[in-house]
Amino acid sequence: MAATLMFNALREATDEEMARDQTVFVLGEDVGHYGGSYKVTKDLYKKYGELRLLDTPIAENSFTGMAVGAAMTGLRPIVEGMNMGFLLLAFNQIANNAGMLRYTSGGNFKIPLVIRGPGGVGRQLGAEHSQRLEAYFHAVPGLKIVACSTAYNAKGLLKAAIRDDNPVLFFEHVLLYNLKDELPTHEYICPLDKAELVRPGQDVTLLTYSRMRHHCLQALKEIERDGYDPEIIDLISLKPIDMVAIAESVRKTHHVIIVEECMKTGGIGAELSALIHEQLFDELDAPVIRLSSQDIPTPYNGTLEYHTIVQPPQIAEAVRKLMSRQL
Amino acid sequence: MVSEGVKTDVTDWPQAERSLPPRPDPLVTITKEEGLVIYEDMVLGRFFEDKCAEMYYRGKMFGFVHLYNGQEAVSTGIVKALNPNKDFVSSTYRDHVHALSAGVPAREVMAELFGKETGCSKGRGGSMHMFSAAHRLLGGYAFVAEGIPVATGAAFQSKYRREAMGDPDADAVTVCFFGDGASNNGQFFECLNMAALWKLPIIYVVENNKWAIGMAHDRATSQPEIYKKASVFDMVGVEVDGMDVMAVHTLAQEAVARARAGEGPTLVEALTYRFRGHSLADPDELRAPDEKQAWFARDPIERFAAELTEQNLASHDELKAIDDKVAAVIEDAVEFAESSPDPDPSELYRYIFAED
Ligand SMILES: Cc1ncc(C[n+]2csc(CCOP(=O)(O)OP(=O)(O)O)c2C)c(N)n1
Ligand SMILES: [Mg+2]
Repeated sequence: MAATLMFNALREATDEEMARDQTVFVLGEDVGHYGGSYKVTKDLYKKYGELRLLDTPIAENSFTGMAVGAAMTGLRPIVEGMNMGFLLLAFNQIANNAGMLRYTSGGNFKIPLVIRGPGGVGRQLGAEHSQRLEAYFHAVPGLKIVACSTAYNAKGLLKAAIRDDNPVLFFEHVLLYNLKDELPTHEYICPLDKAELVRPGQDVTLLTYSRMRHHCLQALKEIERDGYDPEIIDLISLKPIDMVAIAESVRKTHHVIIVEECMKTGGIGAELSALIHEQLFDELDAPVIRLSSQDIPTPYNGTLEYHTIVQPPQIAEAVRKLMSRQL
Repeated sequence: MVSEGVKTDVTDWPQAERSLPPRPDPLVTITKEEGLVIYEDMVLGRFFEDKCAEMYYRGKMFGFVHLYNGQEAVSTGIVKALNPNKDFVSSTYRDHVHALSAGVPAREVMAELFGKETGCSKGRGGSMHMFSAAHRLLGGYAFVAEGIPVATGAAFQSKYRREAMGDPDADAVTVCFFGDGASNNGQFFECLNMAALWKLPIIYVVENNKWAIGMAHDRATSQPEIYKKASVFDMVGVEVDGMDVMAVHTLAQEAVARARAGEGPTLVEALTYRFRGHSLADPDELRAPDEKQAWFARDPIERFAAELTEQNLASHDELKAIDDKVAAVIEDAVEFAESSPDPDPSELYRYIFAED
């Protein structure tokens, strides 16, 4: 076991997969000499050279498209979005080409591609650098979408994403890069399509992902003090959603609160809520609750920013209200 | 395509037209066999598209169907300079003829247009999304300019295999076709920059047919001579008469050799014209009759046929025999498409993911 920070866990995953498979390479802004904006590829260019850690010009749509072309012709590119928000400039290549091209081509080409990088609301980074983008991409057919949340799952999931033969959108969170875990010294892989049971419980299912997993854990003490026993599930896979794990939990607790950093309108929670109502309506003792961030551009001011995203006391409060039928 | 009294002089060229570049000197020399291959490929493209128009109006195919008539010398001149077992071709929504030149059988292209399971994209793609891994056709891109980065990535792949993976045989060249309209899109400039920067083995072929639907090229760009835009990227840029297959073929061979040798990309601007509307849904009322007539008079197939016969590389009868052969290929393609099965609705979800 070795204590490892999340950015280093991601670096280890990249390093191990690049060593294992010569067709794996990283491209993006400042991934080479500079080592990545969050140091995920630090010094890897010294080991693998400048072609395998390809510093690109600031041309998101084009270098993402290049990655699609390289993937179609047999390589396994990893695109690092310096900030995932910048990939809005690559929306066309991600949607039309990474996501849809295999289908449109009738199976002629596969696109083993990872698009990863920092997302989410950081600390007063301003609206454009504090995006909640996962829902924007959620409807794109052919994409897998994953959000890592610990150093442990970051490493195992990234390795799985690199080995997957499909385009995987891999969300990291700017405020989680310094989380630390004891990582096994042996190799391990985490499945891309399985939710993670963070804390088993009987009373209410908290469905969450990315940084909000940690907000749920912060709310845990208060929830327990209130006398409730919540089950916390980290979705991990935002697409496809692991409805098997969710159904199992809902059949036990009959209560669901979704805690997401995503905006409420058209968010991941909206989809999740609809799926649960469609598939598990009879299991529910109350309507599904969505705790989402506000439908506004993330404000710069620290207090306003605090009020934009879901905070641990709100989670405890929602559990209290739901369980005491006050909602 | 053989007709009597072919006019090859262009002295009555309208004043406003951009003057045509001189023929490359020397022109590449071709054997009789090569000449006939080139002729056949152009005729195949022309007859195929004419048949598409017929089938479209008969309700056999749907959607936006963009025909390539008039531009055949570009597809043939370029693609026939490639190694079909090695090199890649990337196209736009005006892709049927690029697919044919790349070797995708007419049957598969026609069946795709009919939406059949036997189409090169299994009926999932349609007119604007022709793909064939077997023939190294990277698509078929319906959004203007989006294929440019993808093709650039395929070219990067060649360099990567050679330099990062140590495969000395990885010298595949990628050809990327697009239009004058696409050359005003950022992806064009972004990719030229990267291709020149990394000396990628790619040939960007702009088919400047003067129009982007109804937008005249001169109204859309500050510098209409697109090939000149290569120079700011320190890249070779050349213009060529896109109605002259031998001129195109000559420049293509040079560009392929340059790419194959690791000497970097080329931007080829082929001056050409589409003989029909933008798509089969376009009534083509905007373009001046004079302009159209002037370009019709420069039909690339008639011109090449005349050249072959003048140089005694082929007789009238030989060319006629090719015309007949191609006509039969097209008839066969239509029969094949017509009698092929539709995709099975139980396979609606197939091909979303790699495992399907
Ligand atoms: C991104 C995008 N914008 C607009 C269109 C609609 N559109 C289709 S073809 C076309 C004109 C393109 O002209 P050009 O690049 O010169 O190619 P040509 O049709 O002449 O072959 C336009 C605007 C599109 N397909 N994609
Ligand atoms: Mg045009």
